[in-house]
Amino acid sequence: MHRLRAAVGKVLDWFEDRTGFMGLVMPLARKKQVPVHKHSIWYYLGGMLVFLFMLQVATGILLLFYYRPSAEGAFESVQFLMAQVRFGWLIRSIHSWGANLMIFVVFLHMFSVLLLRAYRAPRELTWLSGVALFATCLGLGFTGYLLPWNELAYFATQVGTEIPGVVPVVGPVIRTMLRGGDEVTGATLTRFYALHVSVLPAIAFLLISFHVVMVQKHGMSVPPSVERQGSSRGSIPFFPNFLLRDFVGWLCAIMVLASMAAFFPAHLGEKADPFAPAPAGIKPEWYFMFMFQSLKYLPAEILGIEGELVGVLGFGLLGLVLLLVPFLDRPDDQGRHRKVWTWGVYGTLAFILFLTYLGYTEEVPSSQDEPPAEAVSAAPVSIDGRSAAFRALGLAIEEADS
Amino acid sequence: MSHDAPARENAAATEPNRRRFVDRLLGVTTFGMFGAILHPVLRYLYPPPASEASVNTVTLPVRASDIPANSGTIFKFGDRPGILVRTPGGDLRAFSARCTHLNCTVQYREDISQIWCACHNGLFDLNGGIAGGPPPAPLESFVVRLRGEEVVVTRS
Ligand code: HEM
Ligand code: FES
Repeated sequence: MHRLRAAVGKVLDWFEDRTGFMGLVMPLARKKQVPVHKHSIWYYLGGMLVFLFMLQVATGILLLFYYRPSAEGAFESVQFLMAQVRFGWLIRSIHSWGANLMIFVVFLHMFSVLLLRAYRAPRELTWLSGVALFATCLGLGFTGYLLPWNELAYFATQVGTEIPGVVPVVGPVIRTMLRGGDEVTGATLTRFYALHVSVLPAIAFLLISFHVVMVQKHGMSVPPSVERQGSSRGSIPFFPNFLLRDFVGWLCAIMVLASMAAFFPAHLGEKADPFAPAPAGIKPEWYFMFMFQSLKYLPAEILGIEGELVGVLGFGLLGLVLLLVPFLDRPDDQGRHRKVWTWGVYGTLAFILFLTYLGYTEEVPSSQDEPPAEAVSAAPVSIDGRSAAFRALGLAIEEADS
Repeated sequence: MSHDAPARENAAATEPNRRRFVDRLLGVTTFGMFGAILHPVLRYLYPPPASEASVNTVTLPVRASDIPANSGTIFKFGDRPGILVRTPGGDLRAFSARCTHLNCTVQYREDISQIWCACHNGLFDLNGGIAGGPPPAPLESFVVRLRGEEVVVTRS
């Protein structure tokens, strides 16, 4: 045992003599101290995201061994993966649940940073790269959702890519760029595939590296409220104390994901069919629900401007304010921050939660022409998403056609 | 070679100018080079127009007498879906099945005899007009003609 350890040590020394890698990294890791106070728990979310990203990359690469990116083959390849490939269901379910968990944690992380005002100078660049990462994660979720080429994802993408199209001038160009044509087709799938497995992960990797180096350089921010009271509980070293605690969190995440995958494996649904009506209950992924739901409530026209455009501009403005928070929230002469920002953050959070809640609870939004809910659920939408009328005709028109 | 010295002095005096000039030249060239790289990449990413000529007329593979009253069905109109409706009164009508709101595919609702979009609950009447929900414009209507038992749909 003793000899083995000495031998390993020698090998490691041999490498260290030539690379000097540890000498470069360890001082950075050892320098950092993590403050201990009542809000310390939020410090774990960033590390959790690094882990979840690595997990997504690992499971995503495994999926690539079977996935076929074409309108003809995608659905069938995922079906094959789920039904035939040993543990295919596990890999796909972990990737799918992992994506959800990751985006959930991104939201938590971002709101905790907002409420603890960790974006204060000199951490503006950390914040900016964080907002960019948030957008990248949403992009990964949006593009990944289409990849199995099922009906729900098809129409969610149809709507999702139509939305930027309402912006005058640049909108239609962006829409065509996203879709790879005028419609959502196999060309869209190819594009989303390229974005999902190479462009966005590469961007995410670069942003995460920058983000983490900045955090390491500035150290953890202590919230103003704790600073004022004077942090009495001191701090713990990042390496190895904090990192080891991070690992515990990661183990918990694996456990949660494995149980979710086992008890609620990822759905596949019906294959997308551009010539079938949109099924009732089409929904975007939950993290887009609040925007989707807001668009539902906007009238067709507001003050002579198209309702969607107002919605898109509104969310665009919200995004811009989010990006600029560190520059807008300036402390006054006594170094105090204005309470408006805190209320604004809570207000936004309440808005998001409320609209998401509405999106999942109402069967079908009410309008005066709308029949009661029973009539709606009895609407001619069968499992295969085609109307009963269509089948009453008995002639699968598109089959005869294709 | 005594006349050489002033010339060299002169060169020294213009040196910053010349350097600035060379810097600018370099800057403009670099900029141009990036442009020359970026331009084809952007053009590459913008898809070429679809080669399929837009369709103006389709003959549906369905016999007119087989279509019951108060029903609707989706058909292919080129690369886009259309919807063929037999009204409760017995008229045959055809519209684009693309909801004018955000592009979902609409369907016929027998229970209310209207055209319905599931995405945001848009409703259209049997002339394609807006009957409720967020759609900003009526459905594009097509002309339906009968050639014996054949149903022929034409873009008006
Ligand atoms: C970093 C964050 C990532 C997120 C948030 C994400 C998200 C998603 C989502 C939501 C799906 C659809 C899952 C389903 O319904 O089955 C998906 C599928 C897929 N992802 Fe990712 N992904 C990420 C990274 C990656 C990476 C790095 C790769 C590969 C290099 C990858 C490869 C794939 C493939 C091939 C599929 C299609 C297979 C399937 O749907 O089952 N993903 N991803
Ligand atoms: S897409 Fe039809 S109502 Fe929104």
